[in-house]
Amino acid sequence: MNPVRVVSGRVAVLDRPDVDTDQIIPKQFLKRIERTGYGPFAFFDWRYDEDGEERPEFELNRPQFDGACVLLAGRNFGCGSSREHAAWALSDYGFGAIVAPSFGDIFRTNAGKNGLLAIVLPPDEVDRLMESVDLDTGSEMTVDLERRVVVGPDGREVPFEFDEDTRHRLLNGLDDIALTLRHEDAIAAYETAHAIA
Amino acid sequence: MPETLFEKLWKRHVVCEEAGEPTLLYVDLHLVHEVTSAQAFEGLRLGGRRVRRPELTVATMDHNVPTLPGPISDDLARAQLEALRANCEEFGITLHATGSGHEGIVHVIGPELGLTQPGKLIVCGDSHTSTHGAFGALAFGIGTSEVEHVLATQTLLQQKPRTMLLEISGTLPQALTAKDLILGAIGQVGVSGGVGYAVEYAGEAIRSLSMEQRMTVCNMSIEWGARAGMVAPDDTTFAYLEGRPHAPQAAEWKRAVEDWRALASDPGATYDTHVVVDVDDLVPQVTWGTNPGMVVPVTGSVPDPASYESADDRAAAERALAYMGLRPGQRIEGLAIDRVFIGSCTNARIEDLRAAAAVVAGRTVDPRVEALVVPGSASVRRQAEREGLDRVFLDAGFDWRLAGCSMCLGMNPDILRPGERCASTSNRNFEGRQGRGGRTHLVSPQMAAAAALHGRFVDVRTLEHEPVAA
Repeated sequence: MNPVRVVSGRVAVLDRPDVDTDQIIPKQFLKRIERTGYGPFAFFDWRYDEDGEERPEFELNRPQFDGACVLLAGRNFGCGSSREHAAWALSDYGFGAIVAPSFGDIFRTNAGKNGLLAIVLPPDEVDRLMESVDLDTGSEMTVDLERRVVVGPDGREVPFEFDEDTRHRLLNGLDDIALTLRHEDAIAAYETAHAIA
Repeated sequence: MPETLFEKLWKRHVVCEEAGEPTLLYVDLHLVHEVTSAQAFEGLRLGGRRVRRPELTVATMDHNVPTLPGPISDDLARAQLEALRANCEEFGITLHATGSGHEGIVHVIGPELGLTQPGKLIVCGDSHTSTHGAFGALAFGIGTSEVEHVLATQTLLQQKPRTMLLEISGTLPQALTAKDLILGAIGQVGVSGGVGYAVEYAGEAIRSLSMEQRMTVCNMSIEWGARAGMVAPDDTTFAYLEGRPHAPQAAEWKRAVEDWRALASDPGATYDTHVVVDVDDLVPQVTWGTNPGMVVPVTGSVPDPASYESADDRAAAERALAYMGLRPGQRIEGLAIDRVFIGSCTNARIEDLRAAAAVVAGRTVDPRVEALVVPGSASVRRQAEREGLDRVFLDAGFDWRLAGCSMCLGMNPDILRPGERCASTSNRNFEGRQGRGGRTHLVSPQMAAAAALHGRFVDVRTLEHEPVAA
């Protein structure tokens, strides 16, 4: 995994609660056995109509959100299915950070494993950030993992909490498995103690 | 200090606990299926790593297998299933492949083979892994990166969740089911009410459920956001497990039961949160919207978005009604349906099929309805056929299919067409879940069966008193 320190650029707003991972990446795209290339299918059924035409009413199809790398989202974002394809699709689509009042547990973990920052802010802070996005011209936002602050479109800084261990792994691009294997002796000792042959 | 079931399970699996770091937990059983594993095995190959404990890893084919006999016409699905077969061969993992006789939905075969046991830590790249918590196991879904981590290390890094006791008070009324119980509870606590919690379901209403019913309850833990859901093991648990292929045998069995009994939460143990849901007056539940918390009694009607306090909820309800093709105030009873799906890891075990068959017996599916029964496993299918349930369904006009996840998520050819309305025993009514544009209403097997006969939602409790549609 590549280190992640700061995500900065265009922000998109998807102000809907309980966006489930079935919406983020519909099931017809889960048959691929690759980790990459899911971006074109992100939010597929919301982005495109039955004829494959873009739906203008879908938030992320607004030209002001083109090329966004930060997503402001509603509560319980990424609930439902454990499909890591959801995190892969959002990253591949271009997002580096999602800011929301809460996340589905499994999605949040999956995001962390893929360098996609899942930032929790209080609901009223997310609302204020959403309100400060200029829907006519588009806006910019920064998520700074190093300093643990979000910088809103109006320049206002909002601090956030982030699990220190995950932060360390993300900032340094560390491989979970390699880190765990440093504890191989402890794993072996556990297996011996529990008679796992 | 008195401990909860969860605390005991957690403690038993700690490999390493260092301040400021997540806990490293040992995994006793890793269940694998075709959709979330290929990239993990590829990761192992790229890293030059092996599977640490192939004997603690068990694979099956379930998510995208067709439920009609014959070759797979979908090239991508076939490639994914072939990849699983090749990966299991390369890494020495037992695979219950299609046609082996032991295949089925991963959360159905684990328990029926006796692999699922109290006290175990069980993971799988599937959010409905919480099902196994019904046995007093710590069980939860993980992503593909974590699947790779477990394959390589047999451990998982976890932040300790908070604990919640969901006490089900009262007595489940006659003709009500575990599905109604959990849908009703989700309606009360909301779809994100469990986020960050490991939940223990308790109370007399839970105690009196069979193992299969407890699985239905725990299965849907993820539908209200819980990290895991569990029930303390008791005589019901032990009776279910005894004699199953992978259950401990002879002298070992006695020792195991003694150990398992000690898992129940100690008297006086405390939880971070305690929620009580009463079921004395529970009525069969039907979802009306696009998440499992959007649920009402069958005797009720579609809510008016204007009745919601928060703007978010109002907007979500409006979107859900538009997607579902419903109007505020519309009665649930009488709402016409096009399809019925009886299946999934929530409700496709033998007791579910018996309960649905009891409603169907001697009656006929409404001619406007296409109805499908997909047993949860090859073994459930065989058992049902021994009992003649297949004839009951077939004679009534249901399709009787091969085991798999099928129309729960529509990765195989069993999908809804746009606009079709389906009474489904599965676990998710998300937009497009069962097919793009499809409209899913989650119900119990009995309610799904009743809807199939009448071509519309009916209150299964009143069924005997109504003339059956010809």
